[in-house]
Amino acid sequence: MTKVLMNGNSTIGEAAIRAGCQCYFGYPITPQNELTEYMAAHLSRRKGCSFIQAESEIAAINMVYGASVAGSRAMTSSSSPGISLKQEGISYLAACELPAVIVNMTRGGPGLGSISASQSDYFQATRGGGHGDYRTIVLAPSSGQELADLTHRAFDLADKYLVPVIVLGDAMLGQMREPVEFKHEAPDELPVRSNALRGAKGRPSSIIKTFTSKPAELEEINWSLFRRYQLIKKEETAYEAFMVDDARLVVVAFGIAARIAKGAIKNARSNGLRVGMLRPITLWPFPSEKVKDLSKKTKDFLVFEMNMGQMIEDVQLALEGKGAVYFYGRPGGVIPTPTEVSRVISRYYYQKGLKSAK
Amino acid sequence: MKKVYTRPRSLKRVPFHYCPGCGHSIVHRVMTELIDEMHLQDRIIGIPPPGCSVFAYHYFDVDMAESAHGRGAAVATGIKRAYPDVIVFTYQGDGDLAAIGTAETIHAANRGERITAIFINNAVYGMTGGQMAPTTLSEQVTTTTPYGRDVNLEGYPVKMSEIVALVRGAVYVERTAVNSPANIRKTKKAIRKALQSQIDGLGFSLVEILSPCPTNWRMTPLESWQWIDKEMTKEFPLGVIKDITGKTDAD
Repeated sequence: MTKVLMNGNSTIGEAAIRAGCQCYFGYPITPQNELTEYMAAHLSRRKGCSFIQAESEIAAINMVYGASVAGSRAMTSSSSPGISLKQEGISYLAACELPAVIVNMTRGGPGLGSISASQSDYFQATRGGGHGDYRTIVLAPSSGQELADLTHRAFDLADKYLVPVIVLGDAMLGQMREPVEFKHEAPDELPVRSNALRGAKGRPSSIIKTFTSKPAELEEINWSLFRRYQLIKKEETAYEAFMVDDARLVVVAFGIAARIAKGAIKNARSNGLRVGMLRPITLWPFPSEKVKDLSKKTKDFLVFEMNMGQMIEDVQLALEGKGAVYFYGRPGGVIPTPTEVSRVISRYYYQKGLKSAK
Repeated sequence: MKKVYTRPRSLKRVPFHYCPGCGHSIVHRVMTELIDEMHLQDRIIGIPPPGCSVFAYHYFDVDMAESAHGRGAAVATGIKRAYPDVIVFTYQGDGDLAAIGTAETIHAANRGERITAIFINNAVYGMTGGQMAPTTLSEQVTTTTPYGRDVNLEGYPVKMSEIVALVRGAVYVERTAVNSPANIRKTKKAIRKALQSQIDGLGFSLVEILSPCPTNWRMTPLESWQWIDKEMTKEFPLGVIKDITGKTDAD
């Protein structure tokens, strides 16, 4: 298979089509417009597929909800302020056990913020985001190739567990052009999900609903979701461990920040510092067990995020006090350089006496 | 003996939870009769709203999917685009369709989505206890307009059907009522026409139904029927507002 050079937003679009995405509903917002435009050009004319530029992000996510009700593989995308608007719909998707893929090419916030790359929506993505007790699977690509691979995986996971899946990228991943290999061809036909509503033909009528006037019934629905979330934690947690075996300092970073950190770690290694990295690929479920496991050998962790410190809470929770956690972050859409991060690494490395540690 | 009256097949054998005199049960009855007569039971999907009629899915024996408040037209759009073989209707109240869901409604109409909106106008928010709706009449007392709706402060009753009729993609818009046997028959005829326009793939259709809410209007059922005639129809006149279903492109 040959590689093609594509910007990240278009890569997601092509990967979605090859994953069998049949419906895409979006609303323009920078820095993800190339994705909406890609779907307009490449999905809208496909047989059995539908593209709508919706009147709002709220309408778009509710169209996704409708398409998912009818058994379609459906996707919407936006960037931070638009994702806030979609939270109502994501909560309904979670409650109704409807699969869907939601792409957030994060930009700086809060408010209208900036259009530059940021990771400030970590809390929103990993804590459910909308009202009620639910989680979404959150995938954090860190390269063009991963945008393709994880977008495809997002559709499979959504269908497998009947949950909404968030692909959490950022402005930089969306705009950057990188060589990408698409490993799948678009399927000719997809099997119809068994809980799809397409009219009560040859079966009793069926209902997709969330409301109940009986608290005990709703409690059971919550328990049932929780059991599925436990299963997802067990089966689907994914991460990359980079040069951690002999590491005295482990950098924890995700997405584009991990890409920057990798450069910094290579710098540090060339200077003889034993530094490694843990990169969560699923932000929810978070690779807590791996963090705990690493703490048997490494006691010092540096969390690096392009925000004021959000994932750090998951690292601290996972460590249960069994390691020191330092933080370096740049919020607001500022993109740190590998040199900057390697300076932070060596500062902590020497200050904490890791050079002379046994 | 000839059977002249029976429960529609697509109406489940479940007692309605609606208040005595409420218009929902009449509209449910009319709709399920039509679903039977038009042979739609196995190829129709309904979108009930939050509100008193959220439990419509307990009564209609057809596939139904709940929508968030105001999002019915967007959800219906998604279903119809994903699977165009089904007939899709939304069942929405005045707060749902004419306040929080204004944008979704107008834009679905503008795209000419092949869906049908059943719009229940009872001039109040029913389930939440009788607050002002966008369609509350001038000087009407509700729990949030205790001194009567003051149009200088609270705005005018929104004539959503007339607004939707202005939109190019809407092909059939009619306002009816369910406060007399004659009006109930007209309502049935209007919904039949709206559903048929969808079956024929013509565009967006909407039937607004003036519907009594004796509980929140603090009236007897009979008084509420009379109030529709005396007060509501002055602001919301009955009749066909738009019908271009017979027109071809050449017209």
